[in-house]
Amino acid sequence: MNTEAKKQIWSSYQKEIADNNYYYARSCIRQNFFPASEVTFLRILREELNKNIFDDPNHTTCTGIGYHSDIVPFDTIQTVVARHFALMTEAGLENVAISCVTSFGMYTEILDLWHHFPEQLEKIREYLYKATKREFNIPKNIAHTSDIIYKFRNEIAEKAKHKLINVQTGEPLNVVEHIGCHYAKMFPTKGVGGAEFPQVLSGMIESWGGNVVDYPERRHCCGFGFRNYLVQANRGYSVSNTKKKLESMKPYKPDFIVANCPGCAMFMDKWQYTLAEMEGVTYDEFGYGIPVLTYEEMAGLVLGYNPWDLGLQMHQVQCEPLLDKLGIKYDPKAKYLDKNGNQMPLPEKPSCLKV
Amino acid sequence: MRNFGFTTTKSRTIDYEKIDTRLISYILQNEPSFNACLSCGSCTAICSAGNLTSFNIRKLSLQIRLGDIENTKLEIDKCMLCGKCLLECPRGINTRNVIMLIKKGLNIIDKNEI
Repeated sequence: MNTEAKKQIWSSYQKEIADNNYYYARSCIRQNFFPASEVTFLRILREELNKNIFDDPNHTTCTGIGYHSDIVPFDTIQTVVARHFALMTEAGLENVAISCVTSFGMYTEILDLWHHFPEQLEKIREYLYKATKREFNIPKNIAHTSDIIYKFRNEIAEKAKHKLINVQTGEPLNVVEHIGCHYAKMFPTKGVGGAEFPQVLSGMIESWGGNVVDYPERRHCCGFGFRNYLVQANRGYSVSNTKKKLESMKPYKPDFIVANCPGCAMFMDKWQYTLAEMEGVTYDEFGYGIPVLTYEEMAGLVLGYNPWDLGLQMHQVQCEPLLDKLGIKYDPKAKYLDKNGNQMPLPEKPSCLKV
Repeated sequence: MRNFGFTTTKSRTIDYEKIDTRLISYILQNEPSFNACLSCGSCTAICSAGNLTSFNIRKLSLQIRLGDIENTKLEIDKCMLCGKCLLECPRGINTRNVIMLIKKGLNIIDKNEI
C-alpha cells in the first residue's frame, strides 16, 4: 500500500489552528445547558496549557439561532459578527476561539461571503460604524474550541490523572463521538478531517485511551435543527432523529457519548428522558441511559477535575455509573451543593429513566 | 406514558436483513418470469387503472420486493385486470398472473399459512 500518498491526502484534510492568543467567543446556550463547560475550557487553557485567551464581557450572542429560524436578517447577523471582530481587534488579538458550532458555522459562512462579495463586507463595515463607531480587522485564524483541545490533546494526555479506561475490566471505554453538522458539513476545509472523516473528537478519545465506536448512523444529525424543535408540533421530527441514532448505537454498548456542539449534546441527553417518558425505552443495559458529555467535560475528567465542578450534575442522564467505570472518586453528598456549600433544590426524579 | 404534544415517527430506513420475503417468494415460486422484471415502467405507463387512480405497478413491484405487505394490500384492489400491461412488457412477464398471485399470496399470509 502506498502510505506516503495516504499521508499526503490526509494532510489536505487538516486545518490550521492558532497556537496562542485567542479571543473567546462564548455560546449563548452552552452556558445554560452545560454551565461549567466554558469555564473548564478557560481553566484548561490558562492553567494546564499556559495560553492567553481573552474572555470578553462585551461579547454577545451571534444571533445564529434567530438567523436559522428566519427571525434575524442576514445583514443583521453579519453586523453582530462584525462587532465581535471589532471587539477582538480592540483587544489586540487576531485569533478567534468559538465555543459554539452554530456560531462557528455562522462566522465561517460570513467570512466566506465577504471573501466572495467584498462589496458586502464594505456594506457591513458601514453598518457597524454607523451603529457603534467601531472598526474591525478580519481574524487571521478561526478555530472551534474543540479544535484547540484537539490540537493540545497530547499535552493533556501527558497531564492525565485518568485514562478513558474501565478500571473494573481494564478495557478501553466505548465512546460515541458526535460532530455538530455546522462544524464541517457546510465548509469541510474548516474542520479537522473535513466532513467525511471528522477527527476532532475521535483524536481526543484515542489520545486519552478510549475506543471510538463506529456505528451505522454515526454521521446522522442529532435532530436539533432549529425549526425542528422551536415549533412544538415539529419536535417529533427532532426526537425521531435522535431516536434513530440512539437505536443505532445501542448494540455497541457505548459507555458515553461526547459531542462538540451545544445542540447535539443537549438533545442527545434530554431526548433520552423524553423517549423514556413517552415510550418507556432507555438505551443502556441497566435503564440509566447513555451519559452525554461535552469535550471540555471529558477533558476535565481526564485531568482529574471534580465532576461536580464540571457541572455533570446538570445533565439529564446522570454520570455516576461512568465515574465508577473511570475510577473517579466523588462525594455524592456534594452533588447539589453550590459554591458556598449550601444545598441547592433537588431535581425531580424521572418516572422511567433511573438516576 | 406522558404526552408532550408530539410523537416519534417510524424510521424509513430499509434493513435488508429484516425484509418480509413471504410474498415475493410465493410469487416467484409460481410465476418465475417476475424475476426478469427490469423496472422499465412500461406496465405503469400503459395501465388503465393508473390513469384513473394512483395505482403504480412498478412501485408495487418494488414494495413487494421490500416486503411492504401493508401498502400492497391497500394498492392491489385498484387493478382492473385488463391485461394491457401483459401485452406491453418487454420481458414477457405475465403481469396479470403476478397480480392474481399477489391477491392469493396476501390471503395466504392473512391466514398465516406462509
